[in-house]
Amino acid sequence: MQFYRNLTLRQKQIAWAWAFLAVPVLFYTVIRFYPTGNAVLISFQEWNLLGSRTWTGLDNYEKLWNDPEFWTVFVNTFQYLILGTPISLVLAFIIAYHLDKLRFGHAFLRMLYFLPFMTSAVAMAWVWRWFYQPVPIGLFNNLLASVGIPQVEFLNSVDNALPSVLAPAIWAGLGFQVIIFMAGLRAIPVSYYEAARIDGVGWWVQLTEITLPLLRPTIVFIVVFSSIGFLRIFDHVFNMTTNNPGGPLNSTEPLVLMIYQTAFTSFDMGYAAAQTVVLFTILLIVSLLQLWLLRADR
Amino acid sequence: MTYRTTALATLMAAGLGTAAQAEVEIEYWQYFFDARVEAMEQLIENFEAANPDITVTMTHFPYADYRTKVAAAIPAGEGPDVVQLFYGWLNDYVEADLIQPLPADVFPAEKIDAEFFPMVQAMKDGDAYWALPTAVRSLALFYNERLFEEAGIEAPPETLDEMMDIAAKLTKRDGAGNLTQVGITAGMTAQDHHWWREGLIRQMGGEPYLDDYQTVNYNSDAGRAALDMYTSMFTGDDAVTAIGFMDEPQAAFKAGRAGMHIDGSFRIGSLNGTRGLKWGVTELPATADGTRSNYSSYWVNAITTKAEGEKYDAAVKFMEYITSDEAMQIWLDVVGELPAKPSVGLTEENANDATFGPFIRGLAYANTTKFANESAQRQLMVEMVERITLQDMDPAESLAIAAEAEQKILDEYYAD
Repeated sequence: MQFYRNLTLRQKQIAWAWAFLAVPVLFYTVIRFYPTGNAVLISFQEWNLLGSRTWTGLDNYEKLWNDPEFWTVFVNTFQYLILGTPISLVLAFIIAYHLDKLRFGHAFLRMLYFLPFMTSAVAMAWVWRWFYQPVPIGLFNNLLASVGIPQVEFLNSVDNALPSVLAPAIWAGLGFQVIIFMAGLRAIPVSYYEAARIDGVGWWVQLTEITLPLLRPTIVFIVVFSSIGFLRIFDHVFNMTTNNPGGPLNSTEPLVLMIYQTAFTSFDMGYAAAQTVVLFTILLIVSLLQLWLLRADR
Repeated sequence: MTYRTTALATLMAAGLGTAAQAEVEIEYWQYFFDARVEAMEQLIENFEAANPDITVTMTHFPYADYRTKVAAAIPAGEGPDVVQLFYGWLNDYVEADLIQPLPADVFPAEKIDAEFFPMVQAMKDGDAYWALPTAVRSLALFYNERLFEEAGIEAPPETLDEMMDIAAKLTKRDGAGNLTQVGITAGMTAQDHHWWREGLIRQMGGEPYLDDYQTVNYNSDAGRAALDMYTSMFTGDDAVTAIGFMDEPQAAFKAGRAGMHIDGSFRIGSLNGTRGLKWGVTELPATADGTRSNYSSYWVNAITTKAEGEKYDAAVKFMEYITSDEAMQIWLDVVGELPAKPSVGLTEENANDATFGPFIRGLAYANTTKFANESAQRQLMVEMVERITLQDMDPAESLAIAAEAEQKILDEYYAD
């Protein structure tokens, strides 16, 4: 206690700050940094969860580079990103833009859009999985068949499977993005629009000259947030293709699913860790790139 | 989740201080499945009654955590003295030094060779057995009795040709030609890959693997014939099934939309509880010349490297009991899994049981694939079929790709 009393006020403040910070710091060290470091370590080793770990140098990375499945998965992962992010961004903006102007039933509609976001991804994926089934149980194909249109193979097709899996994932994330966009729209001072109207400016110019530029921080946030989400897509794919994870013929398999399969069905922890390090690097690069591209002062 | 079944007895013995013999406590681990836990509780009770100086503590985990927990516990000197594992994991457990061979004096190899169904020999290495099952599983053909009756079919198929004929009669389509009921289910994701590997290929005169399952051998005429037979079920205008019909084969059969369905004995329990489903079961169909072949898998019990001294002796005694005829009958009655010894399985009553009989008779001609990575090897079969159905690849080419890819998995596994 004597020691504490001798501290200056500033030093005491620092001591207290660290006392409170110690909890999250400790948490992050144990829960985040230690496993991250360990994963990097394991990526240079061979380990099947049972035996001892042995050093293999860059073998896992070399194997990854030469694995055709990895490159298919790599392309798939970016397909989820390149299709998912812009589609969900545009949709969310259009919905938020119009919802913002709407008075009647505003809260109810907003709730409807937000509902899928609150639903368990697993439950949703399974419901959509059944929607997509062929006749006699699939909702979509039953509708098509009832009006005499040939069935569409949604999940059992190399070309259609990925968009089919992506659609509910976009839908699920939409509610969140709509809310964020609406908050962004509300934050724009009304006086700008009043000034514009007085000057006789049309809605298109208002949109492109006032709304979109002032929404920039919101857009940056949503783009980064949803990009990371699509790059990490897993639960929708896994639950919609559990019988044949990532299938057919790996056409829906994202990187996270490949990591999961390698680690927990093949028990090849070293190889899975190497894939994780690659995913981490991709996420880091994409995030930094987007932050840089969308920087306000550029 | 730990059950100390005889905690009271132990307490009393300790309190009175009269225990003449040293009390030994051993631990048994298995994954959690209601019936298995219940059966094991019965076995432990019987064992402890016969061996009052030994206490067996059972611990069970969800299947998903099982491997990780075992791997972490045993090297740390914790965990089980006797452990249950899937037969396909044996190599990994041996290599990781988690289990030790069973003592040859109590479990002589010749005696086990003679007493157990032949596929159990996959657990033998040289003169020693590493592990032994209490129960085994095999495949059979389930059929929907209502649909059979409706189509005027009197008896389940005996041969593959009969199976295809019956399947054709049971297949229904709507006006646009969409399947609304299939004659038989299909899908390598379920049990069909086992049927194809150990059933069809052998029935067509082939041998799916050589060198103790280290060399792929199905890229052959027999493999091709087996693949053609299999794909003929769901290709062409006379298809009697479709892959992915009603999402999962077992779902289609359960819903009464499939006439026949090949599955394992472990499916019996879930089918029994299905309302409105009247089903029968018969042996896997033979070829025209009567050749049959089946696939069997099983969970085994082994003594871990942690068990030493008196715990080891107790573990051996426990292993002896859980591989006894009595234990196998209890396991069949409680879990519904098949006895691993003909002396129990092929009793008049068991072998002619309407439900278990076909599975038990199948054990006599069953083979057990030694997988290096079962899910990866199954995936290759799934993709072999997908290349044919979704990408119109020539079956011979697709078969060759699968064989090559599987050989790569095996080579990698056996390389070190």
